[in-house]
Amino acid sequence: MSVLVLADHGLGALSPATARVVGAVSTLGPVDILVVAENPAAIAQSASALAGVAKVLTAKGSSLADGLEALLETLTVRYRYVASSAGSLGKDVMPRLAAKLDLMPVTDVIAIHGPNSFDRPIYAGNAVQTVTDNQPRHILTIRASAFRPAATGNAAPIEALDGTVVSAASLIATHRTESDTPDLATAQIVVGGGVALGSAENFQLIESLAKKLGAAIGATRAAVDAGYAPNDWQVGQTGKIIAPDLYIAIGISGALQHLAGIQGAKKIVAINTDAEAPLVKLADMALIGDLFEIIPQLLAELDKAGLKR
Amino acid sequence: MKILVAIKRVVDHNVRIRVRPDGTGVETSGVRMSMNPFCKHAVEAAVQLSEAGHGDEVVVVSIGPRTANDVILTALAMGAHRGILIETDAELETLAISKLLAKVVAEENPDIVLLGKQAVDDDSNHVGQMLAALTSRPQATFASEIKVVGQALEVVREVDSGRETLSLPLPAIVTADLRLNTPRNAALPMVMKARSKPLAVRPAAEFGIDLVPRLKIEKISPPPERMAGKTVATVADLAAFIAADVSDMEAL
Ligand SMILES: Cc1cc2nc3c(=O)[nH]c(=O)nc-3n(C[C@@H](O)[C@H](O)[C@H](O)COP(=O)(O)OP(=O)(O)OC[C@H]3O[C@@H](n4cnc5c(N)ncnc54)[C@H](O)[C@@H]3O)c2cc1C
Ligand SMILES: Cc1cc2nc3c(=O)[nH]c(=O)nc-3n(C[C@H](O)[C@H](O)[C@H](O)COP(=O)(O)OP(=O)(O)OC[C@H]3O[C@@H](n4cnc5c(N)ncnc54)[C@H](O)[C@@H]3O)c2cc1C
Repeated sequence: MSVLVLADHGLGALSPATARVVGAVSTLGPVDILVVAENPAAIAQSASALAGVAKVLTAKGSSLADGLEALLETLTVRYRYVASSAGSLGKDVMPRLAAKLDLMPVTDVIAIHGPNSFDRPIYAGNAVQTVTDNQPRHILTIRASAFRPAATGNAAPIEALDGTVVSAASLIATHRTESDTPDLATAQIVVGGGVALGSAENFQLIESLAKKLGAAIGATRAAVDAGYAPNDWQVGQTGKIIAPDLYIAIGISGALQHLAGIQGAKKIVAINTDAEAPLVKLADMALIGDLFEIIPQLLAELDKAGLKR
Repeated sequence: MKILVAIKRVVDHNVRIRVRPDGTGVETSGVRMSMNPFCKHAVEAAVQLSEAGHGDEVVVVSIGPRTANDVILTALAMGAHRGILIETDAELETLAISKLLAKVVAEENPDIVLLGKQAVDDDSNHVGQMLAALTSRPQATFASEIKVVGQALEVVREVDSGRETLSLPLPAIVTADLRLNTPRNAALPMVMKARSKPLAVRPAAEFGIDLVPRLKIEKISPPPERMAGKTVATVADLAAFIAADVSDMEAL
């Protein structure tokens, strides 16, 4: 009943989502992790430290879907489950692998009830589907934010696979968003800004509040479309799904596509001029007023309140 | 070049859906239906490529009940040349949808297949990737820019860390994200003209594919309700609330 997890990584480091995927699937059996990267060594080290991991496999190459499909297809025979996070890598690769194996994948899993029983959200999170998967093998993507990370302290063996991963497609450029804020999908606090910010310069107000709180930064699609924030900050049905302990939504109306991304937040704070905005109605705490007056005051008040992060 | 676009008819994205009290699904009777927004971006991309001289023919295909004709007509009005409706009243899983589309790809042999990155009802985000596997073609999902460069496509993808550009040898599969373009609203003459464009209706059974679902949907439930919240009057009160919440947090 063993599980193979495809690791997510960026800038040569294991992404925090992977620890949560391992935390989620270790109830299903012993976990092997596959790291595919040009330089897998450091990533594999972090993976081997995760509790529940039996072995780390490494392969050299790029993480493009057709190449990964071929590699995973050969590895899959040894496993009952193949899983990854429901981030852009898992979404790209897992359905492709499943079709190749003539399997129906179960994606964006938010709860595991047993060896073949899973919950997944549909209709932008307005409904939850409970599915039974009686196929001989299970291909899963896991919504990382719905699970707690595996502990560390393990030292699982690392084994390099022969050959390199080759793809018909080739990666010709990457445009990374440079930011020293925490990973949005797994952050404990997120400060989100909407189109009300009015410009990329004004969006720095959101960034300064996020900095003060050690928070990740989120944005609405309207703010991203307007060029105030990069695409990978988008939160919602078609952006990232977040589940922080605290989400502070500033100048965001709360369209249902945005709400789809924040339903897992423990507490929601809203700052909005409109007391009738759906997000204000839904928030645990709201302040009605102009964000341009409120944020600078809030920064000062948080200092006064002796906030330490 | 020939471009195939797969489009899906879904509950309109502005409709707030309700889970049926008996847990069998969501209420779709009497609800407004329209083309999945992502599919609109895919159709627009295909028509733009065709207008730029890269596509002699844009064929759209939809799988669904007879009423899915209306989304095909919308695509034809946007500028697609020909439509195929694969008719079925069954709820098909993405694997079955992909197998049907793979048959269409084998018949039509398109250079580019465009799909939406996800359908807003089921939110699966599967079909493009599955079709790519079944047809052994390279893929670029979540596209925000598509360029034809010689015998290849250059596609900018929106990914977790920002954006990346892939080069794909043709034939290839691309799924559309929302920032790819702004879909046009077809003018009335185009809507009239769409009615005279060829539209083939073919029963799904004709394709000889096993359409039986693999997964069993046990139930569909509403998500947990959130409690309606409170309002604070001053920034100082809000700061106190945030500071208290932060100090309660478990250190990660
Ligand atoms: C027993 C059972 C019950 C179900 N109950 C429900 C239910 O109550 N509600 C519900 O919404 N779904 C239900 N489904 C799921 C099913 O109908 C999905 O809609 C189907 O699996 C497609 O998923 P998707 O549209 O999310 O695919 P995605 O992978 O998200 O779609 C991506 C893209 O693929 C293309 N595509 C997808 N479907 C089609 C199509 N039909 N024709 C042409 N192109 C297409 C489009 O380009 C689309 O943008 C049920 C399935 C089963 C087996
Ligand atoms: C298929 C599809 C997918 C989508 N996916 C997503 C998604 O993933 N994520 C997403 O976010 N959206 C998504 N959207 C878009 C979504 O429908 C909304 O358009 C968007 O979320 C609105 O963003 P907003 O709240 O910034 O803007 P608005 O709705 O315009 O709201 C701005 C808010 O700011 C308030 N405000 C104005 N001025 C001030 C001020 N000075 N101080 C304080 N408050 C102020 C206003 O009262 C208002 O509530 C999607 C849409 C579609 C059709």
